[in-house]
Order: sequence, then C-alpha cells, then structure tokens
Amino acid sequence: MSVRTLPALGPTRKLKLPREVERTLPNGLTVIALRRPAVPLVEMRLWLPFGKAHLARGLMMSQTLLSGTATMSSVQIAAELQKVGGGLSTAVDSDRLLVSGTGLVTGLDRLLDLLAEMLTGAAYPGDEVATERARMVNGIRMAQSLPAYLVRRALLKRMYGKHPYAVQTPEPEQIEAVRPAQLRTLHAARVRPAGAILLLVGDVQPAKALDAAERALAGWTGDGAPGELPEVPALEPGPLLLVDRPDSVQSSLRMALPAVPRTHPDHAALQLANLVFGGYFSSRWVENIREDKGYTYGPHSTIEHSVAGSALVVAAEVATEVTGPALLETNYELGRLASLPPKEDELEQARQYALGTLQLGISTQAGLAAVASAYAGSGLRLEFLAEHAARLAKVTRDDVAAAAAKYLAPARAVTVVLGDAAAVRGPLGVLGPVRTETPEQ
Amino acid sequence: MAAGRSRIPATKHSVERFTLDNGLRVVLAPDRSAPVVGVAVVYDVGIRSEPEGRTGFAHLFEHLMFQGSENLEKLAHFRHVQGAGGTFNGSTHLDYTDYWETLPSNALERALFLEADRMRGPRLTEENLRNQVDVVKEEIRVNVLNRPYGGFPWLRLPPVMFDTFANAHDGYGSFDDLESASIADATDFFDRYYACGNAVLAVGGDLDVPEVTALIERHFGDVPARPAPVRPDFAEPDLTGERRESYTDKLAPLPAVAAAWRVPDPIGDFANYLPYVVLAEVLTDGDASRLVERLVLRDRSVVSIGGYLGLMGDPYDVRDPTALLIEAHLPTDSEVDKVLRTVDEEIERLATDGLAPDELGRTQARMATHLLRETDAALGRTLKMAVLEQQRGDPALLGELPRLVGEVTEEQVRAAAASLRPERRAAVEVVPGGGAR
Repeated sequence: MSVRTLPALGPTRKLKLPREVERTLPNGLTVIALRRPAVPLVEMRLWLPFGKAHLARGLMMSQTLLSGTATMSSVQIAAELQKVGGGLSTAVDSDRLLVSGTGLVTGLDRLLDLLAEMLTGAAYPGDEVATERARMVNGIRMAQSLPAYLVRRALLKRMYGKHPYAVQTPEPEQIEAVRPAQLRTLHAARVRPAGAILLLVGDVQPAKALDAAERALAGWTGDGAPGELPEVPALEPGPLLLVDRPDSVQSSLRMALPAVPRTHPDHAALQLANLVFGGYFSSRWVENIREDKGYTYGPHSTIEHSVAGSALVVAAEVATEVTGPALLETNYELGRLASLPPKEDELEQARQYALGTLQLGISTQAGLAAVASAYAGSGLRLEFLAEHAARLAKVTRDDVAAAAAKYLAPARAVTVVLGDAAAVRGPLGVLGPVRTETPEQ
Repeated sequence: MAAGRSRIPATKHSVERFTLDNGLRVVLAPDRSAPVVGVAVVYDVGIRSEPEGRTGFAHLFEHLMFQGSENLEKLAHFRHVQGAGGTFNGSTHLDYTDYWETLPSNALERALFLEADRMRGPRLTEENLRNQVDVVKEEIRVNVLNRPYGGFPWLRLPPVMFDTFANAHDGYGSFDDLESASIADATDFFDRYYACGNAVLAVGGDLDVPEVTALIERHFGDVPARPAPVRPDFAEPDLTGERRESYTDKLAPLPAVAAAWRVPDPIGDFANYLPYVVLAEVLTDGDASRLVERLVLRDRSVVSIGGYLGLMGDPYDVRDPTALLIEAHLPTDSEVDKVLRTVDEEIERLATDGLAPDELGRTQARMATHLLRETDAALGRTLKMAVLEQQRGDPALLGELPRLVGEVTEEQVRAAAASLRPERRAAVEVVPGGGAR
C-alpha cells in the first residue's frame, strides 16, 4: 500500500460580496437589493419588528395574513402567487414577523403587488381564522409531543424568567381565545413600514428592483410604535432542571451559556471557542461523545443571536442509560477549554471552517437572503461579513482562551434535561444538585 | 388583476461526462458564479440491496465509510474537510448511497483525494463498527423511537405495499440486525457494491474543466478496476386489491394516514411517470390545490395534507417499483375512512371533469421555481447530476426538467388521476396512543 499525502490547499479565494443597493422610502420602509443571477429567480424577505407582540394573536396573525383581503380569498391569493411560480410564507418569533417569498424573477412585480395587498388589505375573514385556529391548536398538540419542543420550552423559561423571551410558544387555550377583530387591531398597530426592511435577492438589476418595490409599496403607510424589548437578564446558574418524560428512551440535554452580539469585540473569539468546543463535527465534544463514546447522534452547540441578547446553547439527545456520563463529558469539555488554551492547529482548523462556511453561506440566493435578513434585523449590512472575516483572521489562542474562560465556563451554565426522571435522576444527581419538575398533563 | 402565468425559463448547465479506464464515470458541471465547489460520489447500492437478516446495513455501512481509509486515520476525513472550510455528509436511499463535500474552490483537490482514498478501501475495524452501531441506534431513537410519527410513512408503508424483502423491509434496521453486523459483512458489502465501476463522481461549481479532469485522473486513475455487480430486478406486480393496515403510535396525539399507489417505471417509462409528479402537486401544492382546498379549508377534516413521489420524497432519484403518496394528519374528531373517501372523490372528479383554466399552468410554474431553486447551490446541482448519471446516463436532464414538467398535458394528468383507484391503493393508519408528553 503506497502512502499518499493530503494535497495542499490552493490559494485562498478573496471574499467577494455581491453588489448591494439600499433605499429608504418616504413611508419609512428600507429596501435592500442584492444581485446573484445564477438562476432566474428572486428571493424576498420582509423583516418587521415584532417585539412584545401578543404571543397567541401574533402567531395567529402570521398564520392568517395570507387568508384573504376585501377582494381575494386565500385560494385566489395562492393561485395568483402560483402563476408567477411564487409563494409567500410567514414566520414569527419574539423579535420579528418575517414574510418570505420566492418566485420566477419575471414575476417580481406581481409578487410585490400581492405582498402589498396583504400588508394593506389583509381582512382576517372569520371562516378562515376559525379554520387556522383549529389547525393551530392541533399543531400545538402535535408539537407538544416532540421532545425538542418540550425541552426548548423548559430551557427558555429557565433562562429568561420574566423577560418576554421566556415564553415563545402559546398554549392551545390561548389560541382558542383569539378573535378576528383582535388580529385586525394587531395588524393595524404592528404591520407598519417604519422600521421594516425588505430584501430582494436574485437575478435582478438592483436599482430596478428598488424601483419596483417603491412602486408596489408606496401606498403602505401608517405609524406604529415598535415594541422595545428590555435587555435579557443574565443567566442564573442553579440546580440542573430535570423535566420528567416517563419512559423516554433518550434524554434531551440542553445547556445555556452567556454570549455576546455579533458586533461585540469578543464575538469572533467566542465563535471560534464555540467551534473548538462543540460547534462543528470536528470539535472536541462531538469527537468525544459521538465518535469515541457513541452516546449520541447529532450533538451541536450554537450561538443564538436575538435582538435583546445572545446566548450559547449546547444540545444533545443521548441514550437514557448514558445521560449522567454524557453530562459529565460535556462539563469536562467545557471546563477544559475554559481552563486551558486550545492548540494552534485546533484554532486554525476552526478558523478555516468559520471563514469557509461564510463563503458557502452566501453562495446561493436563499443563503444570501437568509444572511442579509438576519444581519438587517440586527441593524447590520452584508459588508459586516467582510469585517467579521477580518476579525476571525486575527483571533489568537489567547483570545480564544480568554473568551472560553469568560463564556464557556461550566460554572456559568444553566442546564435542563428532559427525560425519564426515574431512570436519570440518580446518575445526574451524582454530578450536582438536581431539581425535578413533572409537567402537567 | 388577472395576470397571465409566467413563461417557464430555460436553464442551461454546462455538463461534461467521461469514463476513466477503471470504469469510474465522471460528471463535471462548471459554474463560476460563486467561489465554491460541490463534490459527490454516488454508489449504486441502497436499502433495497441489503441481505436478509441485515436490515439497516446499507446505512450502517455509509457510517463506516467515514471511519478512516487507506491513508486516513479515524476522524481525519471530517477534520480535513472542515479544516478547509467545507462541510460533508452522506445519505442512504432506496437505490443509492451518496457521499459529498462542499467547500471553497481552493480545497477541490483535497476533496478528490479524500473520496479516492475511501473508494480504494475504508478501514474497517471492530472498534469503529461497535461505535457506529451505537451512533446509528441513537439516530434511530431520535428520528423514530423517541418521537411521535417516527418513520411515518417511509418505514411504515413499504411493508403494506410490497411483498418482497427488498422492497418491504425496514431500511433503518432492527437493533438485533445492527448489533449482529460483523466486519466480515462489511468487507463483503464493500467488495460487492463499492466497485468503482458501480460509482459516479460528480464535481460542480467553480472549476476549470481541463484542470479538474487532470486532477481526477491523478487521484482516481489508479483505483483498481472492479466491475459493477449485476443489479437484481426488484419488480413486483401491482396490487390486485386494496390493502389497509393500522398501528398504534404511543407518542402520537392525533391520527394520521398515508395512502399510496404504484406508478410507471421512473426510468424505463419516464414520459408516463412525469404526469404523476405533476398530479401530486396539482393535488397538494398550497391553498389553491385540490386536496388542500377541499380537506383542509372546506371540510376541515385534515390538519395538513401532502402528496409526493417516492417514499423518500424525491421523484427523480428512485427506480421501479415506486409510488405516489398522499399523507394526511387528522384532527381528533375526523375519520380516516371519510378522509380516504374524500381523496378518492376528488381524484375521480379531476379525472372526469379535468382541470380548471390555469390550474395546470400555475402548478407547473411553481414546480419550475422549486426545480430551479434546488439547482442554485453547487452541491445541490452536483448531487442530482450524479444520481441522474448513475440511473439514466443523463445528467443534463436536470436542466431539462422545468421544461419537461411544463410540457405535461391536461390529458396526461387526467389519465394519471384515473389510475389512482381504491383497489390499487395501499394505506397505513396511525392510531394515536398518547397525548402531549
């Protein structure tokens, strides 16, 4: 068997950002257009600030925004969108209402007209609202049978206490209580151009795309007070919270740690520290608990950025019988990086991954739209990506060690486990105090 | 208000094909719109080829292909890809297994080296086998055993619809079969199916054709020539009577049902297969589709309904026998029988009365958008072309699909609908055994 050596990498390709143009319309809407002509499509993202909106009504509003206007039924709207190969969808979280669209670029004007019609004329018809309400109630029941949903709900409550981020999913009874008039009131108050950002990405001439958006959306007017969110509270470490799910064959392990926004001076170093710990496959934690021990399939550790604060969330689904050992290894790997600097090759590998995946992330229309809209929601533009790349390039081992000591220390973690309490309470208790919670049925 | 439907745009991907002396087929799809590449290697072996008593083995073996090879220690593959700024994965399908990397284009040669090295032979050790059996068991727990509707319908419908082991068995595998898998099994599996004559290499994105051709010769040229095994015929006769089964899912809060009908051979009879792909969208794509409008919006007898071709959801990567599926989730007060009757009624109405003006055209426009969107990413394009080369010898079909979908006629869609008779249907029902937990 001949020994072959790994080929060296070619010269690094310079990061090339697509041309970005921006205009703020008289009604207060910011429109940004980006060109990537690889396929004859256009991606659209409308980011509307939605902090502090009523949870159940906000969710129902987003589900019924496309359910009818004075002149069109939901079926007609869907058919008109299909004609230009288009589709619109909505999603809501504690920060924003996001309307996403895709279509053939030849249908951009029509897509914008239909968007404008929803924004200015959504009627929330009683029948359609009733249909969606029943679907939503069933959807929540379905979600409540998923371990990932249940553990997320418990973790947010534990992390955020009285902050609006603490509860991000409504109960079925809250949805049952929503009435169409409340949706019209909420729409009037919150679906406003001021502070909103519209992104158009694809096979467009950027200046012309701005003109098209201005033509279609000039008639969308009105003022509304954006709901200013208070800054998130600091995490309060305490006993591990064990949420009982009898007979569960796996435990859902979650740990929240402090993190900083994208613009913070520590962010690049923290991102690399997270990668070295558990933020990608070739990390210490994944190589340990998956490739060495076989405790889990898809462990991951992610920095989550929200308008009012950031957090680092560690997540793994582990076999019930190894729940204690999996937590032990997780604490060990966090503590190891918080106490000792990473090796030079570990840092270099993480840095290359961070830089390369920035390139991959903007190599499609949908990827560009996702990155640009996430940035825009935090008041940033795509050029930030180049600045961030420059910062990643400069991070040293000492920077990573300092960030890890500050943010990845297991002493600062909030830990939640969803699993079969009868089986895992003992093994978890060996490692530290445990408080058990039995959810109501 | 009324706007005509959009013309479906033509797409042209430049495609090069050639075969190395050792039998490895190669597809190159240059596109320099972003400085990234996709690399895919597809082996012509999948779930259907697993031996009896070794359910789940094709997938387990896919995991073993990441555990080191001739010149690479365990963990090296992952580190080399990610340390070059790329990502990787593999997946096991009914008829093929794929392995891929997508990376900044300066790492292209590295990806070729990694794929060639494991094509020459993975390092199969007892320790790595045991480790990956554990990992796969956790994967099955996460996706099937610890969640409601796990494996529904892709693992639950085949045993109702098909009779042979190849088509009917659980492709994720039983824990007993996984635990009894041995290194000898893995060696046999590699020797039989992972021949370079049984593989396709595709590279797409920011590349120069002569340069990459030379690199491919350099890295893959000396992979020993081994011919492809003869692919068995997995054909089964169509159903002669309705089949219906149910099972209790103790974690599921609401009922669900999946119904399926056999469709023409996707490879041998593509012209007659394609109308079924369009039909599935006419029936279930969005609020203006037949079944959503009727069952979700009007009758409120389902919470959601979807329709698609192939048990794993991709119409263009599967061989015969395969099926058109309708999958619905029901509210507690709804009945599966009634939902199935209404589906039959709507399909019959479509077959008898035809489509509304614009109904076909707008559905085809939407399908074109989906197809184009999937090919925007270098990796998406590369993977799909690799499979089209392997199964059809025609990677350029990818660029033709929006047009071909747009050429399907109303008569063809009606004829397809007319064949979806209850007596040809296999259905599986989920009986909810639990509530919110």
